[in-house]
Amino acid sequence: MSSVIQVQGLTKKFGHHFTAVNDLSFSVNKGDVYGFLGQNGAGKSTTIRMLLSLITPTSGSIEIFGMPLQANRAAIMQNVGAVIEKPAMYEYLTAYQNLKIFSALSGVSKTRVQLLNELDVVGLAARAHDLVRTFSQGMKQRLAIAMAMVNDPQLILLDEPTNGLDPQGIADIRNLILQLSRVQGKTVLVSSHLLSEIEQVATRLIIIDKGCKLVEGDSKDLFDKSKTVVAIQTLNNIEATKQLMQTSWASHVLVDRSSYKEICMQLDEKLLPTLHKNLVEMGIGVLSVKPMHSLEDYFLRITSTPSYV
Amino acid sequence: MFSLVQVELYKIFKRPRTYIAFGAVAALIGIIQFGLKLDGKSYIDFMMNDLSSSLEIDGKILNGYLVCYVMLQLLLVHVPLLIALIAADMISGEANMGTLRLLLIKPYSRTTLLLAKFIAAIIYTLMLLVWLAILALFGSMLLFGTDDMFLLKTSYVVLLKESDVFWRYIGAFGFAALAMTTVASLGFFLSVFAENSIGPIVATMSVIVFFTILSTLNIPIFNAIKPYLFTTHMIGWKEFFDIKVNGSNEAIIGSIQNPEKIIKASIVLVAHTIGFFVATLLVFRKKDILS
Repeated sequence: MSSVIQVQGLTKKFGHHFTAVNDLSFSVNKGDVYGFLGQNGAGKSTTIRMLLSLITPTSGSIEIFGMPLQANRAAIMQNVGAVIEKPAMYEYLTAYQNLKIFSALSGVSKTRVQLLNELDVVGLAARAHDLVRTFSQGMKQRLAIAMAMVNDPQLILLDEPTNGLDPQGIADIRNLILQLSRVQGKTVLVSSHLLSEIEQVATRLIIIDKGCKLVEGDSKDLFDKSKTVVAIQTLNNIEATKQLMQTSWASHVLVDRSSYKEICMQLDEKLLPTLHKNLVEMGIGVLSVKPMHSLEDYFLRITSTPSYV
Repeated sequence: MFSLVQVELYKIFKRPRTYIAFGAVAALIGIIQFGLKLDGKSYIDFMMNDLSSSLEIDGKILNGYLVCYVMLQLLLVHVPLLIALIAADMISGEANMGTLRLLLIKPYSRTTLLLAKFIAAIIYTLMLLVWLAILALFGSMLLFGTDDMFLLKTSYVVLLKESDVFWRYIGAFGFAALAMTTVASLGFFLSVFAENSIGPIVATMSVIVFFTILSTLNIPIFNAIKPYLFTTHMIGWKEFFDIKVNGSNEAIIGSIQNPEKIIKASIVLVAHTIGFFVATLLVFRKKDILS
């Protein structure tokens, strides 16, 4: 499978003391929806900005479409679309005018009807001639995506595209990403600090922390459901933990992470109904059994299981 | 490049802020013309107070040419602020809105993008000057008519024949365009360092005020640097209204007293403009876009 993005030993230092990205290497294949995960401040945006040549790397190399970025910037950018963090646009212009400007800047000549159609795709046709300053965050995000797609790019970089969106907006973006990848065959790199978001769309992913790679691989391997972490809340967590430690479930209890607030267990997701039944049979007052998908939890899994790294 | 300049101009002229400058120029000129139309005689009497006993002048002293000269003296001091409003916002305003990063991921080099923005800022500057010229010169010619132009300098008077004035205004506005282009390039340069437009606008005006004070101070220690300050040369347009006299002290029609001064001033201004642009380019090409 051909690599669309190939990053080797990428490092960015700001001043002498702060290293935002440290010796990062990864590759994105054609047709991938590549999840770029990390907590806030992990170095996701800095990496994406380096991929877009907005920030000059301190060291390392970036190749996009098989060409070194620095030497072939213009040719590469002709085929790249991006939404970088908070959607940015000219608020004193209408949605249509914004799209028209970015169409012209992309060297694409589009008719009024074509531009209105593209606004229609992101659900903004009815507001095409309204000033952007009157738009909600979700509408701005949708317009930003239309602007990123105006040149029909082969590679799309989305930096935290669901920030500030309501659940419907998040679902829309998710569907759009899937459509871009599965229907249109585009390569999408999408960053987020929420594992649950990436989990639903990514074919491959990388997790970074403090600018370093923690893990990279296929989603199906990384989201191995046989190692799901479950948070259980009972009426008395300490007593319930004691009871569980005397049963066959003892090997599944993550003692280090269990507390009076919750009991943490790692097990195959398929065993959840049996666990629930056993807990009830043991007379434990179960308040909730929740599979955990937060990035924080994933980090903890990674750090507690060295073989994952 | 052409489409980039077009886009930049489109953005400039879609912003309400742009029209503040055009409105302000129109309002100021309108007020001055209105005042002089109503009470121009008092103004002329005051101006001629010291000379009325020794000089008798026939004709219409308060004509369109003089009114335009008076207005240029007043306005060319304030126009830099109006130019800074746009020029100093060209990069910092985009950084503030976050759109700079969108522009920089388009398939153009930073040099091309910066050049397009610079050209657009210069076009705006020139359009403002054309607007000023239309209202101040042609408007005054229409309202006050034309005649010979009588100018009172510090230690002498200048009388320019009516037929010898118009080309001088073309030269003066051309020179003013150079001076205002330098102001625009200064604002543009300062714009590259900031992520909001207020800072560069205030900084541009502060630099102009500071250098103007240095240019006008008569302290020997500053005399060495004065010729190199662009503010020293910004009033060079007035040289177009100084006429040469022959041995019999008669004015030579079509002449300028000190053309070398205009050339030297133009060179200093152009050098500053190029210098500011090159400096902007050097900073901008290496700038990390973090906004």
